[in-house]
Amino acid sequence: MKRSPLGLLVFLACAVLLTSASRGAFAQSNGAAPKADKPAAADNKAAAGNAQNGKILFASVGCYECHGRAAQGGVAPRLGPHPLPLAAIIAYIRQPTAEMPPYTAKVISDAEIADIYAFLQSLPDPPKADTIPLLK
Amino acid sequence: MKKPEQSPERAPEKTPDQSLVDRRKFLKGAAAGGMATLAASAGAIAAAQPLAAASSAPPAAIPAPAEGDAVALADVLTTDRPGSDFMVDVIKALGFEYVASNPGSSFRSLHESIINYGGNKSPEFLTCCHEESAVALAHGYSMVEGKPMLSMVHSTVGMQHASMAIYNAYAGRAPVFIIAGNTIDATARRPGVEWYHSALDAAAMVRDYTKWDDTPISLPHFAESAARAYKVSMTLPRMPVVLVADSELQEAPIAKDAALRISKVTLDSAPQGDSGAVAETARLLVAAQNPVIVAGRVVRSDAGAALLAELAEALQAPVIDQGANLPSHHPLVVQRAAGLVQDADVILALETEDLWALLNNFRDQLHRSYKPVANKNVKVISIRTGDLYIKSNYQDFQRYTEVDMAMAADAETTLPALTEAVKKLITDDRKRAFQDRGAKLADARQKALDQQRANMTYGWDASPISLPRLSAELWAQVKNEDWAFVGGGTGQVSPEVWNFDKYYRRVHGGSAAGVGFSAPSAVGAALAHRKYGRVCVHIQNDGDLMYAPGVLWTAAHHKIPLLFLMHNNRAYHQEVMHIQRMAGRHERGITRAGIGTTLQDPNIDFAKLAQGLGLFAEGPITDPKDLGPAIKRALDVVKRGEPALIDAVTQPR
Repeated sequence: MKRSPLGLLVFLACAVLLTSASRGAFAQSNGAAPKADKPAAADNKAAAGNAQNGKILFASVGCYECHGRAAQGGVAPRLGPHPLPLAAIIAYIRQPTAEMPPYTAKVISDAEIADIYAFLQSLPDPPKADTIPLLK
Repeated sequence: MKKPEQSPERAPEKTPDQSLVDRRKFLKGAAAGGMATLAASAGAIAAAQPLAAASSAPPAAIPAPAEGDAVALADVLTTDRPGSDFMVDVIKALGFEYVASNPGSSFRSLHESIINYGGNKSPEFLTCCHEESAVALAHGYSMVEGKPMLSMVHSTVGMQHASMAIYNAYAGRAPVFIIAGNTIDATARRPGVEWYHSALDAAAMVRDYTKWDDTPISLPHFAESAARAYKVSMTLPRMPVVLVADSELQEAPIAKDAALRISKVTLDSAPQGDSGAVAETARLLVAAQNPVIVAGRVVRSDAGAALLAELAEALQAPVIDQGANLPSHHPLVVQRAAGLVQDADVILALETEDLWALLNNFRDQLHRSYKPVANKNVKVISIRTGDLYIKSNYQDFQRYTEVDMAMAADAETTLPALTEAVKKLITDDRKRAFQDRGAKLADARQKALDQQRANMTYGWDASPISLPRLSAELWAQVKNEDWAFVGGGTGQVSPEVWNFDKYYRRVHGGSAAGVGFSAPSAVGAALAHRKYGRVCVHIQNDGDLMYAPGVLWTAAHHKIPLLFLMHNNRAYHQEVMHIQRMAGRHERGITRAGIGTTLQDPNIDFAKLAQGLGLFAEGPITDPKDLGPAIKRALDVVKRGEPALIDAVTQPR
């Protein structure tokens, strides 16, 4: 299935893939999150975000439900570390093109999303697979 | 109250005492007359119907039976040859190893005959704490053995409890043989509760989701219908069947000269696809540039898996394996359908249950919509037994799919002819093209596996424990055993790590996704594996276990070795996500999706629950570093022949 460039932004917060009961849906949605090659201009805005509050919000507004408590991905894709640009994330949350439900400014503000973004940016890189005995 | 008018042919009214005498005479006649008289009993019951009308007379007109009347009439109190003994002969002839049941008085005679006359062996009685558990356990057994287990259920209330599991077996196309007790003869019912536990048509409530049922009125009828039921259940597509065993038929003595016989059962061979359609399918597959094989539940053994692999390898075509058919590390197995379906020019769909969902992309937003995924010129060929049987009410048949060629046949049985036809058409040029295709697929697959392995590292040390970590820790402990993964689907383990190299490593079949199925079906599957000495492991969802946790006791009581590794996310998480979706859509309360959907405050202590039901258990485990050693200790118990449970607190999905 071809995805539009905007469709690739499915790798965003709070996506809910309710068709994910099947293994196929799980596999399809659990791909690696594309990394942003360069920090976008909008990322500067993220610097103002509060990562600690973002971590709390990530759980309370339900992002963890599909993306995992460490944003590692679950039935929906991984979000961090190295998230996509904030502006793209906000745009997708407001008007998702795939399965993720929409979240308007009425239920989550741009500032709150910026805090979540700061949390995603703060996540550490994981260990390499070849350093984990169970994954060798 | 106006008395009902008598019709001219109506039998003279009798008093209740006279009815008792008539009934007694009937029973004596049955004992003396054997089968002929038993057959006549149906007529006797019919002839007695007018008496029901007579009972509409005012109560004051009915003389109360004097104390001791019934005792005076019952001059014979024992029998050493009840009808249920013959039923056991029939059951044994059908080869049932076990009968899973929660006891019920409507089959008390058959229960007693199984444990005493039958010696509680083949079948052995499995004590279950819920009829849903009993039938699901039988379902799990059938997923391993490919044949039915017997389950007995109590009339009405027992059948109602069992109905969810029966529907799961129906949707999963699983052969399960259910005997339901019931008391047809209203004059034979004990006053009070037995009336609540009797039905005019006991199988009616599950008829929409069973393949066949019958209510025999004689022992020869029981024998013949049992044979038919077994055969119907095992004929593709396989499904549950119900036989209602009347309690009076169970308990009444068998006549000494009764000419009873057990019917021979010859199972139907599976239907093969039409030869012309097979030839055309082969032509299309060989000519295709991008053929794709989609495999639902196709194979029934390692030999079947080899047949499917032979076809895929001859074509070097990718297999979207939805039914756990091929070894999971086979180079042509693909985990992701996206892209393949879009580019396919020929799709061979074998025993697919929801082909439409593969060919279309459904979007669950405020306005539900879908877009076709496949190329509009794609040729779709279907071979499936599902087209041989369909019912109306329950919508388990999924959306209608347009195809270009359809064979209502068994895909596994059709594979040899199809592969032979394909091989005959492969020229040297096509062979080279296939080899190139195969090399590209193998390369893409390896890259995908490497990427998936890298993905598993994210959240590796997270608490609650991530599913990839849980999966990898379990694999590390079982990979050197002769293991089998039982219970629900294998979606919770990482195919990048787990190597399902043999057919029996996974359970085969499905369900209607009715929650509460996973735990008992795992116990049934583990029971089937026990005689082969396999180490069985199961990832158990918390919400599922809470439906009927008594099945843990059944596993402990019958020493069924099995590791339950809890995937305890403390929620009905699918439902959390549904409520979250609605909250987002309705622009309100997105922090409140946990109300009514989570299992917290208090958190359930599954280790204590399991210990109380007789299992070795540890937990709750929240630190992933503690998980591996705990699994090892539990597996030591399992390898000694007992069940064990590890409660791991996990990420949502």
